[in-house]
Amino acid sequence: MAAPKKGRRSPGAHGYPGRALAVILVALVALTGGMFASGHTKPRLGIDLAGGTEITLTAKNLPGQANAINKANMDTAVNIINKRVNGLGVSETEVQTQGSRNIIVDIPRGTNTDQAVKQVGTTAQLFFRTVITEASGSPASGTKPSPSPSGNPSSAPSSSPSSPGKSGASARPSASPSPSSTTQGRAVTDALKADASSSPKATPSAGAPTAATPPPATGAANPSVPPAVQKQFAALDCSNPSQAANAGLGAKPTDTTLACSQDGRTKYILGPAQVDGKQVSGAKSVYDTQSGAGWIVTLEFNSAGGKKFADVTGQLAKQQPPNNQFAIVLDNQVVSAPSVSSAITGGSAQIYGNFTQQTSGDLANVLSYGALPLSFSTSDVTTVSPQLGGEQLHGGLIAGAVGLALVVLYLLAYYRGLSFVAVVSLVVSAALTYAIMTLLGPAIGFALNLPAVCGAIVAIGITADSFIVYFERIRDELRGGRSLAPAVQRAWPRARRTILVSDFVSFLAAAVLFICSVGKVQGFAFTLGLTTLLDVVVVYLFTKPLMTILARRKFYAQGHPWSGLNPRSLGVQAPLRRGRRTASPEAKEA
Amino acid sequence: MSRLGNLGHRLHRGEVSYDFVGKRKLWYGVSIVITLVAIIGLAVNGLNKGIEFSGGAVFTTPKTSVSTADAQTKTQGVISGHHDVIAQKLGNGGLRIQVSGIDGATAGTVKQDLAKELGVDANAISPQVVGPSWGQEISQKAELGLVIFMVLVVLYLAVAFEWRMAISALVALVHDLTITVGVYAIVGFEVTPGTVIGLLTILGYSLYDTVVVFDGLKETTKSITSQTRFTYSELANRSLNQTLVRSINTTVVALLPVAALLFVGGGLLGAGMLNDIALALFVGLAAGAYSSIFIATPLVASLKERTPEMKALAKRVRAKRAQAEAKGEEPQDAVPDAGDEDEPVEAGATASVGGQRRQPASRSRGRGRPSGKRR
Repeated sequence: MAAPKKGRRSPGAHGYPGRALAVILVALVALTGGMFASGHTKPRLGIDLAGGTEITLTAKNLPGQANAINKANMDTAVNIINKRVNGLGVSETEVQTQGSRNIIVDIPRGTNTDQAVKQVGTTAQLFFRTVITEASGSPASGTKPSPSPSGNPSSAPSSSPSSPGKSGASARPSASPSPSSTTQGRAVTDALKADASSSPKATPSAGAPTAATPPPATGAANPSVPPAVQKQFAALDCSNPSQAANAGLGAKPTDTTLACSQDGRTKYILGPAQVDGKQVSGAKSVYDTQSGAGWIVTLEFNSAGGKKFADVTGQLAKQQPPNNQFAIVLDNQVVSAPSVSSAITGGSAQIYGNFTQQTSGDLANVLSYGALPLSFSTSDVTTVSPQLGGEQLHGGLIAGAVGLALVVLYLLAYYRGLSFVAVVSLVVSAALTYAIMTLLGPAIGFALNLPAVCGAIVAIGITADSFIVYFERIRDELRGGRSLAPAVQRAWPRARRTILVSDFVSFLAAAVLFICSVGKVQGFAFTLGLTTLLDVVVVYLFTKPLMTILARRKFYAQGHPWSGLNPRSLGVQAPLRRGRRTASPEAKEA
Repeated sequence: MSRLGNLGHRLHRGEVSYDFVGKRKLWYGVSIVITLVAIIGLAVNGLNKGIEFSGGAVFTTPKTSVSTADAQTKTQGVISGHHDVIAQKLGNGGLRIQVSGIDGATAGTVKQDLAKELGVDANAISPQVVGPSWGQEISQKAELGLVIFMVLVVLYLAVAFEWRMAISALVALVHDLTITVGVYAIVGFEVTPGTVIGLLTILGYSLYDTVVVFDGLKETTKSITSQTRFTYSELANRSLNQTLVRSINTTVVALLPVAALLFVGGGLLGAGMLNDIALALFVGLAAGAYSSIFIATPLVASLKERTPEMKALAKRVRAKRAQAEAKGEEPQDAVPDAGDEDEPVEAGATASVGGQRRQPASRSRGRGRPSGKRR
């Protein structure tokens, strides 16, 4: 390339090409230096190129919590998911929000992804609710909300050193406001309100008298169960997975609600939540050698939770089956519903539920980090083996190389010597893009994924087009009879405007795409936007100055047949008279 | 240099030109037919939506000797219940097996069983499990983006150029999108999130092209009312022909990398994101190049010719030509060319290549005129 010094003599209005070149050279050197200084010499590769698993979670709108999907809740969810994944011992996992309602979890290769997929998506809303009614899972056999003592498959032995104190008939939740009848429905709410000062019961139901439950005035068997719930309960078929999953969805902790057991064989009407997951301070998976129940999860409550739990179990113990059961409800499904025979004090509880080592471990893990503030559905789980990732990277690189080579060949064939400018500009643009992408890895967590590679390849066209616009303008000026140096200057303002306008539109598209998109589209839009910006930078600071400098070289200025600027081959007639002719327009223009 | 280079010159001079604007009715017709075909195709065939829209799993296996038909039956055997299974051979010898309607838990076991059946390492199989609403989510966002983008672009073009150009650009854009979607419906290419990305990129690209053409048009017609030699349509056509070389070059240069992507994406990797994006881009870019030349600019001319000023101008031009004819001169400007006084070199030097357009007389007259059009 020409020495920058030469630029000094250019006409004042057109700046100092040498300076512009120096600026971009310094920028390039600085970026490359930064690359080596930070120790990142390659762009961070996305999951689809490096191998690993990418999980996309989408927050679901639940009835009754329309505004729940907000930034604060999403951030909390990201935090919790991060902890959970780390709890699995997976390193280098990245959890980030994308758009307003998606969370992307990137797990590098070599981890048990099935487990991770289950873990990150689980809401883990844990509630301890009292059982009002239980019935066999399908509607045909148990439409009556009568307390039928069906085989509760998930119930293990009661969750404490059981003392056989089945005290008989007692407290139906008649409207007695005494704190002792904490079984169900409205009565409970009232009770809680009544004793808000007298005991440290910090259940989330406090102050939520808006529960949709109409006050039970009738003297039916279960006066506290609203008819709507009764009806739903009758229709509920727990053997149907989608019905089971949707049972009681969106119910508030203070509501009387329904739920299926995890295996779908039993359905329940459950009273308001007595203790919830927020009052759990820790969870462990242990092997129960004493009773031979296998793997169980032990929960530690915080002090308020422990107290509450003791109170509630104490009251439950006085009830008759099935009302002496305590349902442990995880994400609207009953994990187990042990019956309680005496108050459980000591601030801990066990969950029995036919666990294996893994399932109990998983449950303990999600419970210890708390529930997600939102429910998520798993939108996309992509696992890429390192081999496939390598192939995709390889494919992307080949496509890029082939595309670049084709463009260079075309430019060479069409623009001859001018294509030197274009190719060098493309190289500078590519170098800048590469360096910036590499630095953005550690800086903002940018990862080069397949769509991003695709965007970069597509951008070759946009970048090359800027040169074409400029070259065509220069040629137009040459055809007008100018000699090269003034042609280069005169063509610039017109080309510049075209380039700016078209790049603006292209950038606008990329920006809109980036903002209104989910998933991998963002990677694509980001690269496209970045390269469009760089295109403007390169054209301004590199292509134009370089052109100015080269215009003074004999090879170009005299229109060497291979320069791509030969007036004769451009079709300008009468080259002999060119000298004379050019004088006049220039004089006028000056 | 290349005959193309020469062609560029001749186009620039107007020695050769194609009357894009004059024949606009023909091209409108062609476009309307294509668009109708696309819409009918869409209505009849519908879009072949990928599993991203219905939920399911895709398993990409490493190189294996199992044929696609075998793989298909084996996969059917592995899963229980009714699921659509599509197996494709990839360029690297691997298989891409797509199973509709299964969820993450099932996919895990299917992967294990599949590995056994196909005799490959389970860890080498790359599954992708997509929830049923993911594609929907992406499309909804895409639609939102589409609307926002269109509004912004129309506003921008209306300010930077004028509303007629904005409308024409929008029509061209919708035209490109319709054609692309139609091609997808008729050929039955699978629509995936990659396609949606490609489609959205066409937006930018199609407009990019149109904007460059409009920029030339705006410049050519800047001081149109101060002359009486050309009507708006004629100048528009001239400007189109002048930027034709650039348009062709732009399109070629844009299509080459995309073609490389398509080739590598399709040949080496088989179906996948690269391929999907590239395919949509390829179709859309081709449509975009066509529409900015054949649709957008003629449309601007059509709209412009309806304005009172342009009607008046056209009248003046006709009057002038009639006058010239009466004088016995040939209608010098039958072909919109010449006369741009930026081109004095040519004067007199180029006699009689293409008949009337090269009239030396008109040439010199043109040169002598006061430079009303000069910048």
